[in-house]
Amino acid sequence: MTSQPIYGLMAEFETPTELVHAAKGAYSAGYRKMDTYTPYPLEEAAEAIGAHHNRVSLIVLVGAMLGMIGGYSLEYWVSAVSYPVNVGGKPFHSWPAFIPVTFECAVLGAGLAAVFGMLALNGLPQPYHPVFNSPNFDRASRDRFYLCIESQDPRFSLSDTRKLLESFQPEEITEVPY
Amino acid sequence: MAPIEQIDVRPPKGVRPPIIGPGQTFGTITDRIAGIILTKHTPAFWVLIVAVAAALFGMLQTAVGYLLAKGTGIWGINIPVGWGFAIVNFVWWIGIGHAGTLISAILLLFKQSWRTSINRFAEAMTIFAVMQAGLFPLIHTGRPWLAAYWLFPIPNTMGVWPQFRSPLIWDVFAVSTYFTISFLFWGIGLIPDFATMRDSAKTLVVRRIYGMLAMGWRGSAKHWNRYETAYMLLAGLATPLVLSVHSVVSLDFAVSVVPGWHTTFFPPYFVAGAIYSGFAMVLMLAIPFRYLYGMQDFITLRHLQNAAKVMLATGMIVAYAYGLEMFMGWYSQDKYELAMVNNRLHGPYSFYYYMLILCNILIPQSLWFNSVRSSPWKLFLVSVVVNTGMWLERFVIVVMSLQRDYIPSSWGMYWFTKWDMMIFVGTMGFFTLLFFIFIRLMPAISIFEMRTLIPQAKVKE
Repeated sequence: MTSQPIYGLMAEFETPTELVHAAKGAYSAGYRKMDTYTPYPLEEAAEAIGAHHNRVSLIVLVGAMLGMIGGYSLEYWVSAVSYPVNVGGKPFHSWPAFIPVTFECAVLGAGLAAVFGMLALNGLPQPYHPVFNSPNFDRASRDRFYLCIESQDPRFSLSDTRKLLESFQPEEITEVPY
Repeated sequence: MAPIEQIDVRPPKGVRPPIIGPGQTFGTITDRIAGIILTKHTPAFWVLIVAVAAALFGMLQTAVGYLLAKGTGIWGINIPVGWGFAIVNFVWWIGIGHAGTLISAILLLFKQSWRTSINRFAEAMTIFAVMQAGLFPLIHTGRPWLAAYWLFPIPNTMGVWPQFRSPLIWDVFAVSTYFTISFLFWGIGLIPDFATMRDSAKTLVVRRIYGMLAMGWRGSAKHWNRYETAYMLLAGLATPLVLSVHSVVSLDFAVSVVPGWHTTFFPPYFVAGAIYSGFAMVLMLAIPFRYLYGMQDFITLRHLQNAAKVMLATGMIVAYAYGLEMFMGWYSQDKYELAMVNNRLHGPYSFYYYMLILCNILIPQSLWFNSVRSSPWKLFLVSVVVNTGMWLERFVIVVMSLQRDYIPSSWGMYWFTKWDMMIFVGTMGFFTLLFFIFIRLMPAISIFEMRTLIPQAKVKE
């Protein structure tokens, strides 16, 4: 087994406090390629592994701008260029009447960008991931907290990393095969 | 866990009920909510309710089929009342949807943690209510297969386009955006719970189905971080959106020059009414749900009390709007507006107006009493009354303004036909059917958000 490449070492904890403590410890020991797996969003865990910034907001802003510009341009082109209809003497480019649809299109663009941007950044849908090979991992969506230090990390070594993880007194440490 | 009999009693004066029953762990929360779904046992009441709802849905299909074959002449609409049940029902259903977004988005932004156990099914309620609402504008065109290019800017060989200066087209964009955003909000809320279902499933087929829906969610901190950002941003987007939707719906009326419709306070009045009826529907669904599935320690008296308080507050805004309608009619000294006020108080439909006052203003005053707010069954009855009242409100607005406008020679009466009623009752069946199928197949309470409510979820320093 030792010659087989592994994805990483997974430590299982019973409480969020132990997990955050371990994640902070691993981060200060110099590990960067790691992740925690929790049954609910745990802000402290993301901060502990240095993952509290993301680009979702930027994508949403772009989506909102595209929706806004697209919606307004559509209204302008339809009402003033392609199909100008005189309604009660109102100007063809009657911009105040175009605001509601512009707003709705901006929200639509932003909302689609938020959901699909988040999924894309997370790499979902993802049919296969090595962490699911870890025994007991189905409790990550139930009541257990996991820290996985990945073998891609330059500091990773099977024995030293295991020793470090053991110092945090997890319930169990397992090797995660690919 | 304390037995339900102890959880569901009103606590002593000055003590507020908890938002989650005592003694819960991550495991018990998961098992309780997932247990509704991951069982071969389908409760008898579920079969009964779904059978009745499916029968009503069948009636809806029959009536819509006949409508498409014969045209809208089978309805009671005619000149001068060209907008009848279809618009009344549309506004009623879309209003009901608003409470779901209020609970899931606005209360999230205000960090109201009590929203957590009711947000999932309130969002489902929104989606299903908007589906019923959307049906009416679609079928009231008579030829829905042509309505695509009437409603949406779809290129066509005739070179015609929708009229973007019309509130009716704003409505199309508002309602379809609202449906899409509500669906996305509900959908991303479900992803982590689908992962829980995948990991708790007992058979391979069930595991595969929920596995596909979970899209490989593994609870990674990096994922949660982006997820939370997207979720909060969606809430921030849904908040102005929900206010815009019923405002735009009200502009369908307010932009016209019909007496009783042409008023500037319609948007806030409509939004308050929407939330009022929506919370009534939340209670009409939550009270039977918690009773039938024994969820009294997840949906506690605290939730019911808070929903009742929101109803009371929005009900007062609605009452104020009714007063203002009357006042503005008198204050304008416009003879058509005065005639409108007179028509409401003494016209042929005045019975419905007085029933509206009774249902929407007088009976809900009982919510001032804690004894009513703490009694699920009294609350249920008040909610039924409020939803009836809100339906009457739309009937009063639509029909009473149209039946008597400027020229007495063009006055007329409106009565619905059996087809109108079959479609209306049919949508209630369709709504109930969708809702109970949802309860059986998807977690009706957000599992991952419930976990954050218990004390063990906090990181201790």
